[in-house]
Amino acid sequence: MKKRTITKPVVYGVLIIYAVVTFIPFLWAILSSFKPLSEIVSGITFFPENFTFNNYAEIFSREPLFLRWMFNSIFITVCMVGLNIIFNSMAGYALARVKFAGRKFCFFLILVVLMIPFQVTLIPSYLILKAFGWLDTYQGLIIPGMVNATFIFMMRQFFLNFPKELEEAAQMDGLSRMGTFFKIVMPLAKPALAAQAVFIFMSSWNDFMRPLVIMSSEEMFTLTLGLNSFKGQYISFWNLIMAASTLMTIPSLLIYAFFNRYFIKGVTFTGGK
Amino acid sequence: MEPARKETPSHEPDKSKKSKQPNKKQKPKRYMSKGWKEGLSGYLFMSPTIFTIGVFVVIPILYAFYLSFNDVQLLGGIGYEFIGLENYTRTFDDSRALIALKNTAEYVLIVVPVQTCLALLLAAALNSNIRGKNAFRIIFFLPTVTSSAVLTIIFMWMYNPDGLINSFLKFLSLPTYNWLADPDIALKSIMIMNIWATAPFFMVIYLAAMQDISDSVYEAATIDGANWWQKFIFITVPILKPVTFFVVVMGVIGTFQLFDQSYIFSGGSGGPNNSTLTVVLLIYQYAFKSLDMGYASALAVVLAFIIMIVTIIQKKFFGEEKLHD
Repeated sequence: MKKRTITKPVVYGVLIIYAVVTFIPFLWAILSSFKPLSEIVSGITFFPENFTFNNYAEIFSREPLFLRWMFNSIFITVCMVGLNIIFNSMAGYALARVKFAGRKFCFFLILVVLMIPFQVTLIPSYLILKAFGWLDTYQGLIIPGMVNATFIFMMRQFFLNFPKELEEAAQMDGLSRMGTFFKIVMPLAKPALAAQAVFIFMSSWNDFMRPLVIMSSEEMFTLTLGLNSFKGQYISFWNLIMAASTLMTIPSLLIYAFFNRYFIKGVTFTGGK
Repeated sequence: MEPARKETPSHEPDKSKKSKQPNKKQKPKRYMSKGWKEGLSGYLFMSPTIFTIGVFVVIPILYAFYLSFNDVQLLGGIGYEFIGLENYTRTFDDSRALIALKNTAEYVLIVVPVQTCLALLLAAALNSNIRGKNAFRIIFFLPTVTSSAVLTIIFMWMYNPDGLINSFLKFLSLPTYNWLADPDIALKSIMIMNIWATAPFFMVIYLAAMQDISDSVYEAATIDGANWWQKFIFITVPILKPVTFFVVVMGVIGTFQLFDQSYIFSGGSGGPNNSTLTVVLLIYQYAFKSLDMGYASALAVVLAFIIMIVTIIQKKFFGEEKLHD
């Protein structure tokens, strides 16, 4: 009991300090997005003295493509999440549970792919996409990213710990592997799938390098690219840049707020049960 | 093991009462077709993965090797001229390549240990019996859900000569820095930002693993009078060894691939004075700005080898628990 009273304040102290350090950049960005330019230029005020929503309207009037960038990002991300969830889970399940010739080799290949930086495949992939005529298109960004070795590995680890009895019962009842997978296994894997969805959402939404290489016309930019070019054009208009940054972050925050419970559950699923 | 288990305990008592025929017929039938069906469904499950990894990973790797031995011309079509190892030997005379390698190595060696320790400590703190766990977790995770482009842009503004960070340092009467434009500082600015942004992600992985550890493991230690720190060092950390392996490997791979932050920081140049030039940024510049794809591929192959060697060394060091079925 004595020892606890010593460590607890320390633990709280560490957590609170780190929480403040984490939160301040966000607060600073959001508060700045409500300040007029004059206030930004004149020096440091933490809270806006002349609160305004104008910055948000001004983004769209100054940069008509901003809406298009939003659509591009949402469309690409939704496709990536959907395809990845299904394909990574299928592969992870096969590697964990289905006995087929070449399984060890496939798993070895996944581990090798995990180690390979995607930059080594970036240039050849660019040339392959060019040969397909897929540069500067949605499929050029989506198809090469529709499976992900990291999450195949994660799903395999998840399915290794998955209770076998349920599948065995389903197979006794005459369900095929596919049937068992989609009707029995996938619904029970929901927390893991939600976790995967959040991770893939983040990696797709945050992706900067692949869109930078693949998308060349401004209409095809994702928000990350758009934001970067917006920043380049309006370099001293930090109020506008912060408003645009805030806008770009809102969807991820909404997704996170919505999935948070599933996400934590998904990550903790293996041990909780 | 599995078929044997199924047959003996569950079916035998039934045999004596019910007719033997259906049992006998079913068993060999299922066994024969099972191997086939399993094999087929295995490949069915794997087909999207095999396609994508085949076309966009395996073929590109072979292609990358091919490109790296050629002088590639991109005017009109693609022209190749075999030049042997020239692209590789060119690296040693390329002062920018050596700078990029030095910057990247420095970055990995500082960021990975710091973010791993920070992640582990934060997870341990969150996992102890405290109030407001969820609130902390939600706040800590904010940088992970936010785009790296947004984070970099926010930090660039905070790093401004008369921005938030320098104002705060001035307020505390501490020395201020030119975070963005001083060649000695710029890379460190990115390091601070990166540690701040990625440690919480690894914290979530650690936290999940810690919640896997059952309380009974700690009970004996509690009875023996171990305190929080002793339990953490002697029980939690050793149990988490495979997770640490995962976190360190992911961290090394992630930091070796640093690109977004230095690209946005320097507007794609790697400046000031090449101080934020990383290997990947250099590869990007050669491949897509100078269109020197042969040399860029050679650099990418070298990067891939470095990452793979580091990964293999780490695997040896941390053991191979994760690889076993």
